[in-house]
This record gives sequence, structure tokens and C-alpha cells, in this order.
Amino acid sequence: MRFAVPVFPGSNCDLDCVHAIEDVLQEPVEPVWHQEEDVSRFDAIILPGGFSYGDYLRTGALARFSPVMKGVKQAAESGKLVIGICNGFQILLEMGLLPGAMLTNDHLQFRCEMQTLIVENVETPFTCKYAPGEAIRIPIAHMSGNYFCDPSTLAELKQNGQIVFRYAGDNPNGSIEKIAGICNRKRNVLGMMPHPERAIADWMGSEDGKKLFQSMFAYWKENCGAA
Amino acid sequence: MQREQTVMKSKSAISEPAPEIIREQKLFKEMGLTEAEYEQIIGLLGRLPNWTEVGIYSVMWSEHCSYKNSKPLLKRFPTEGPRVLQGPGEGAGVIDIGDGQAVVFKIESHNHPSAIEPFQGAATGVGGIIRDVFSMGARPVALLNSLRFGNLSSPRVRYLFDQVVAGIAHYGNCIGIPTVGGEVMFDDCYEGNPLVNAMCVGILNHEDLQKGIASGTGNPVIYVGASTGRDGIHGATFASEELNEGSEEKRPAVQVGDPFMEKLLLEACLEMVKKGILLGIQDMGAAGLTCSSAEMAAKGGQGLDLNLDLVPQREEGMTPYEIMLSESQERMLLVVEQGREQEIKEICDKWGLQSAVVGRVTEGNRYRIFHGGKIVADIPVNTLVDDAPVYVREGRVPDYYQAYQNIRAEEAFLDVSPQEALDKVISSINTGSKRYVYRQYDHMVRTSTAVCPGSDAAVIVVRGTEKALAMSTDGNGRYVYLDPVQGGRIAVAEAARNVVCAGAVPLGITDCLNFGNPEKPEVYWQLSQSIDGMAEACRILETPVVGGNVSLYNETKGEPIYPTPVVGMVGLVEKREHITTSAFKRAGDAILLLGETFAELGGSELQHALTGEVRGRAPVCDLEKEKALYKVVLAAIQKGWVSSAHDASEGGLAVALAESCIDGQKGAEVTIQTSLAPIVHLFSESQSRVILSVPDEYVEEVHQLAEKNGVACSRIGRVTQEAHLSIAVNGTRVIGSDVAELTKRWEEAIPCAMNPSSTLTN
Repeated sequence: MRFAVPVFPGSNCDLDCVHAIEDVLQEPVEPVWHQEEDVSRFDAIILPGGFSYGDYLRTGALARFSPVMKGVKQAAESGKLVIGICNGFQILLEMGLLPGAMLTNDHLQFRCEMQTLIVENVETPFTCKYAPGEAIRIPIAHMSGNYFCDPSTLAELKQNGQIVFRYAGDNPNGSIEKIAGICNRKRNVLGMMPHPERAIADWMGSEDGKKLFQSMFAYWKENCGAA
Repeated sequence: MQREQTVMKSKSAISEPAPEIIREQKLFKEMGLTEAEYEQIIGLLGRLPNWTEVGIYSVMWSEHCSYKNSKPLLKRFPTEGPRVLQGPGEGAGVIDIGDGQAVVFKIESHNHPSAIEPFQGAATGVGGIIRDVFSMGARPVALLNSLRFGNLSSPRVRYLFDQVVAGIAHYGNCIGIPTVGGEVMFDDCYEGNPLVNAMCVGILNHEDLQKGIASGTGNPVIYVGASTGRDGIHGATFASEELNEGSEEKRPAVQVGDPFMEKLLLEACLEMVKKGILLGIQDMGAAGLTCSSAEMAAKGGQGLDLNLDLVPQREEGMTPYEIMLSESQERMLLVVEQGREQEIKEICDKWGLQSAVVGRVTEGNRYRIFHGGKIVADIPVNTLVDDAPVYVREGRVPDYYQAYQNIRAEEAFLDVSPQEALDKVISSINTGSKRYVYRQYDHMVRTSTAVCPGSDAAVIVVRGTEKALAMSTDGNGRYVYLDPVQGGRIAVAEAARNVVCAGAVPLGITDCLNFGNPEKPEVYWQLSQSIDGMAEACRILETPVVGGNVSLYNETKGEPIYPTPVVGMVGLVEKREHITTSAFKRAGDAILLLGETFAELGGSELQHALTGEVRGRAPVCDLEKEKALYKVVLAAIQKGWVSSAHDASEGGLAVALAESCIDGQKGAEVTIQTSLAPIVHLFSESQSRVILSVPDEYVEEVHQLAEKNGVACSRIGRVTQEAHLSIAVNGTRVIGSDVAELTKRWEEAIPCAMNPSSTLTN
């Protein structure tokens, strides 16, 4: 399974994602420079965290116009797995690959902390290895993770099982219904604010992020791996 | 460029005074030069300096760039050791960590900018120290900081604290380097002059080590990064004087940072390093283009021609003076072999950075600045660097010192109940949790952080190896104020103790000397004495000083801050399994206290929290004992006998035990026998003490190890599953607190103080 990690100027979790794939799956993974348009040779794409293009204007607002995102859009439309983590999630929202928008944290501070999440839907390619309702510990680190959408979108998200992760305990950023991660209707595109790549070893404080990458691999193997 | 040989008055300068006017009206004084210094410049040049030249000399001879007040004192520091690859004098110090790798680190102050523009002041402090580290060719892997503020009951202080933390967070988070540790202390003496010291740690392969040097006649000097604007002009001079009523007007001397630009600059420079293109590289930090170019030329024993018309500028009509003295951020100066300019340009283009050849290395020692086709400055470059004045000043023992030596601080607290004292001290903003601060810093990016902020030292693992680096910043200004020698020793010893408790061998230090006005004999005495104390500790503990920074003139309205040397220590953890934290982990573990406790409450947190005072004698630090202690703690950790290690420092034994309970959410049953009063024993801040928790089967072995090394070791209790801290002294229970209650007090100390509606007492 070949993974691409697009690198924008200002990305800073790109190498962490590359390492996570190497360490957890031992599958091929490549950083892809933002100028590259063609990502068709990859089976999955991880949009990393950071401050793409300095996050000037609005988080993720500039990255959506970069050449590589054309390729990412095509990949998403063709059913390949696309995950956006933190800034990657913000970019997916700006592109419209996921519904809703991101606001500044309600307490107006950056927040970096180990966070407990509840896995709300295990019937996605990203969560199939988790148990329903499982509580997992994955760190957050963001200034704008306050997810917002209008009531009808929220109703749709619920109805279609698109809410994948919720924060347990106190809401760390003011996110509507404590939403931490959502997927698209086809469930091949996931956006999440917490960083699973930061929870893949005991010394990191949690290994709960591993299963996310393992889920992706298991799904791919079952559905596309024969190719 | 060669046509005009006479030095012209800058024609573009509408208001630039003529050399004669500068002399007559003593305008050099506004730039921070004394009359004697000005006369010295005339002597060196053999003529009157023009406006641009006076500006260049004034920043190069500022304390910030020349260390003119501290140089003779700094020579007392040991700077060499078997592992030291680069000592002071370059962007940052470099120490070997084996496998062809080295750790690069440095701490630097940004106190004055932060006092008037806290967000940008702190942010650019972080940006500057990061550039110092990657200009050595290293990949920055961690940030730390050391902060001092006045009391949070003041709205201005709350604003400064809030904005400094936000500024540090903004820069570090955006550029993607984890802020893994640091310290924050509050005391009235920092009310108008907060301290903002930022430290950066990087890793490099030996072959990538770079230097800030201009070599090879005819080689191009290349400018990379952000355009030059009018921000930060004379920042280095501003940093070298006292803050006063007019300081607000110096806001333009504070730079504005752009971490995104720095991220691009970082990646581009490291790409150049990997490709081996660079001959020399230096950050344009303090004193901007002037300092970087002059230092590189002086170091290379070469001259330099700079054409300011080629310098990327963000504003029109900038004068040579402004271009030379601007401290615009995110700029780097490079020297490469002639013919490799294109390779630099290609990398810069990839990262969307501008670059420009702005000068040439020349034969000789002339430092010549061209603007509008004319020479606007022509200076023997070595006079800027080597001929800076050096001041050896007179020190005087301050009156308070003798008076305090005769005070027995413990006598004031004999009637205080230990329970009441713990409740107060644990919820003081100095002892309380700093989570409010570090949760705003991304401390996990780069996925190498093994010990997050909140333990004695932070630890990051080195990918691809079994190694890890432990790091800590420390410096208790109260002790140094009471006794600069002891305080200086303690600053180094505590930092070392912290990394030892994390399982690391201390490698070396970087220091930031934050002091008042050295022209005051009492302040000079503090500076000189504390350097003696630090130097002695560095020698005995074998932690050489590989770099640092001096920040003098930290005063407000004529009152100096506490003398506050801050030590940034880095240690090497040989195996990941040695990484140790301060949290109690296993119920049933024995709690052992290494070291001895004396009646030492002068300058203690108990004294400060209960009386608001700082008086008496500072604790005494016996460096041989300290060294023996390290040996025992390290050996015990490496043998796998230790579940947790925590040094007893501010707040003493009682607070250290409470912290280990809180961190691990475990309890402890402690029984102490002592000849001291319980309150004194529990809150004394005696040095060279570490609390270990050890599984029963290793207790005897730790005892023997301690005995062999002459370190006192007593079993004082055990870790319990029930989260309750109980302490009995001489058979009487004096403290009984639920850890949940302690946690609440400890966690809420700073958030409550930051929310004035609930704490408004004055």
C-alpha cells in the first residue's frame, strides 16, 4: 500500500506522518511536494498538520488552491483513502471534501494535550479495527479546532454515521457536539483534529493511534490489495 | 563600486547629521556610545565617523554584541571538555553525543522587547534562537524557555504573561519545533522588566557543522530570507540600556516575527547544508546585517564589500544607516564559493524565498558599505569586533548581604502548621502547575517527546538510535540575590540534578545572565560572584559552558531585578529504558530520600508564599556532595532499580512528595525522624536531595550504592494506591491531604490568578 504525504510550505507534521506509516505499517510512504499535481500512483493520502502557507487568511484557505490538491481531489473522488489530520482536516473543509467549517478555539488559546476520544463509528476504513464506543487517547494540538456546521448538516452527519470521533470529557475547543473527526458520505475521506501519528508508541504516552493506520491498511488489503 | 574612494555623507539622508554635528551635539550618545568610546572611534578611523559609521560602531560595541561589561568575567567559565566540538563564539555550542552526531544548543534573552511588546518580543526571541541553532547546520528539535514576571495581581503583569506565552506558542507551534520544557517564576522585582529567555536544541551530523565565517577573496556574500524593513533598528542598543518611562516610544525597536517565513528559511538552509554548498552562514539577528557581516569578515581575517542597493528592502527610501541597523527577522547571510550562486538560488526558489548577492569577500580588512554608488562606510573590520572597549568595573558588597547572613529565616515559621503551609505553598503561582502555560505550546510535534513538560526535565528521543536527550532550564534569582556564589552554584547544580533525575548524564550548559545595571557596584558584584559560583559548579560537575547570552540593564525605575542567571542544561540518556520521570508509579514502592536536610528557609517558597519576603541565607550547595548524588542516582536508574526520581527543590520535601503524588495520581505514607522542627524539615530547600521510589527488592542495593558513594540515604515511606498523602514527623502526623484536593489546588493556582474576578484582593 503506497502512501503519499503532501508537503506544503509550512507543513510541520509531514515527517511525523511518514514515520508513523514506516513504524506502524512498514509500507512505502513518500512526501509529495505541493507543486506536484499527479498523485495517482498512491493508494492513500495523508494531509499532515502544520500551518500550510502560514495559514494566512484562514486555516487551510490557501492550501486548497495548490497543485497537489487537484490530485488529492481526484483520489478522493475515485474512492481512495484520504485522511486530513489537524491542518489537513482544515484544508479538507476549505476544499469542500468534508462539510462544515473550523473556528478558533472558544477559549482563544492554542491547546496541546493528550485527549480522550470516543470512536463513534467503527464502520469506516479508518476505524474498523477499533471497538464500537472505544475510548482512545490521542493528542490534540491546535488553535482552530472548533468544528462548526449548520443544523441541517449536523443532522445529516448524524444520520449518515459521519461523526467518527468525539471528545470525551471536557470539550477542548468548543466544537459542536464535541466533534473531533468526521468522514464524507462515502466514508473514504476522514478529517480529524487529533493527531493519531503522535500516539503510536508506549514512550509517546499512547499507542491508540496505531489502529487507525492498521484499519486503513486492512481495508485497503481487503478491497484493493489484490490488484 | 571601486570608483569612489572618499567616504561620502549619505545623500539620501534627509535628516542625517554631518560628522561635525554628531561631534558637536554629542549625537552619538543617543546611540548608546560614551564620549570615550566616540573618541576611540575617531582614533581608530583617523577621522570623524559619519552617521552610518557611528551607528555601526554603536551596535557592534553594545553590551549585547560585544559583552564589553561581562567579557572578563565570562572568561572564568570552563568552556572545554572531551565532548565539546564548539564552545562559545559561534551561533550555538556543539557537544558530541556519539554515532557521529552532536547536540547543538543555546539560550538567549529577549527581555526588553518583551517588556514593551510582549507578543512579538517573545515570538522573535524564539525565532532568533532557532536561527542561531540552524545556522550551525543543525536540525532544531526542541525549544525551552525560562520566564519571570511580577505578581499576577497586577493587570499589566497578567497582560505581559498572557502575551509572552501566546507569542512563544505562536512562533514555536507554527514553525513546528516542540516547546518541551521551561520554567516560570513570579516575583515583584520583575514587575516592569519581565525576563523572557528562549533556548533551542538541535541535532546535527558532525560533517554538517557550519561556521559564521567569510572566507575566500572574491566569494559572494548572499542575503537570503525576508526583506529588510525599518523594524528593530537599534534593537541591540535598546537591549543594552535600562527600561524607563520613554521605553514605550522604543516600540519600533521591537521586531515583528513571521514563523512561516522562518520555516521556509530553515528548510532551505538545511537543504544547502546537506548539499554542502556553504562556506559560511550567520543569522542576521541582533544588529542585523552589520553584526553578521562584520563578524563573518573578522572571523575569516578578510575584508568585505557590501552593496546596500542590492539588499531586498520592504520599504522605499531606506538610508544606509537604517538598512545596516535593521533587525528585521528571518534573514540569513551566506558565503559560498564563487560560481555556486545558482545552486543557492535554486533552493531558495523552491522554498519561495528571495536571495540576492549583496557583496564580496575582499582582501585585507576594510569593511566597506556602498549605497547609491558611493561608499557610505569604510571601517577596519577588526576594530568593530576586536577593539570593542572592555570594562572591568568595581564591585561592592551590598548592605543587605551582611544583614541577611545573620538572619535565621526558619525562626519566623516555627508556629506555622505544616498542613496549612502545604496548602498555601502548593497553590502558590510559583509552585503550582504550569499546565496553563505548556498546554499552549505544541510540545509533541516531531513525535520525539518522551517526557512532556511538567517533570524535572523534558526528554526527547533521537530517532534511529537508542539515545535520548534530557533538557532543563533553571535559575532561582532569590538564592542568587541572597548569596550570589551559592545561588550561582545552585543554578547549575539544580539544572544538572534535573537531567540526572530524567536518567541522563549532564553534558554541558548554555547560560543567560540576566542582571541589572553593571555600572552599579552592587550589581557588578552580584554578576561577578554568581559567575564564580557557576564556573565552580561547571568545573566540578563537568558541564562546560558552550554558549550563552548576557542581558544587563534589567531594571525598572532604577531598581534592579534579582540577579537571575538562567542555566540551560542538556544531558544524554544512553538508552531509552533509562528515561525516568518524577511521578510515583507503583503502589508499594519504597520512598527513599537521598541527601541531607538542614534548616535552610532563606529565600524559600515557604517564606515567599507566607510572608512575601525574601531574606536570610541562601541554601548552601556542596558541589562534591552534589556530584556524588548524581553518581548514585544515575547508577541506580541505569541498573533499573528506580521507578521515579524527583529533586527536592522549591517548596522542599513536602512539595516534592506532593508533586510526585499528583503526577502519578498515587498516594504516599511518609514517616520522618528529625532533630529539626517539622515545618523546617518539610519545607527546607536544602540542596543535593533527590526522592526516589524504588521497588522493595532493590531498596537494599540502593542503600549500599549510596553508602559506597558517601550519600545519605533514608527510607522515608512508601507509595500507596489510595491517592492520599500522609506525612508524620517524629511520630506525629502533620500532613494528611487527599491527592485530589492537592491536585485541584496545584492545578488551579495560575488559572485562578489569571481570572481576576475570582481573585481580586486589591
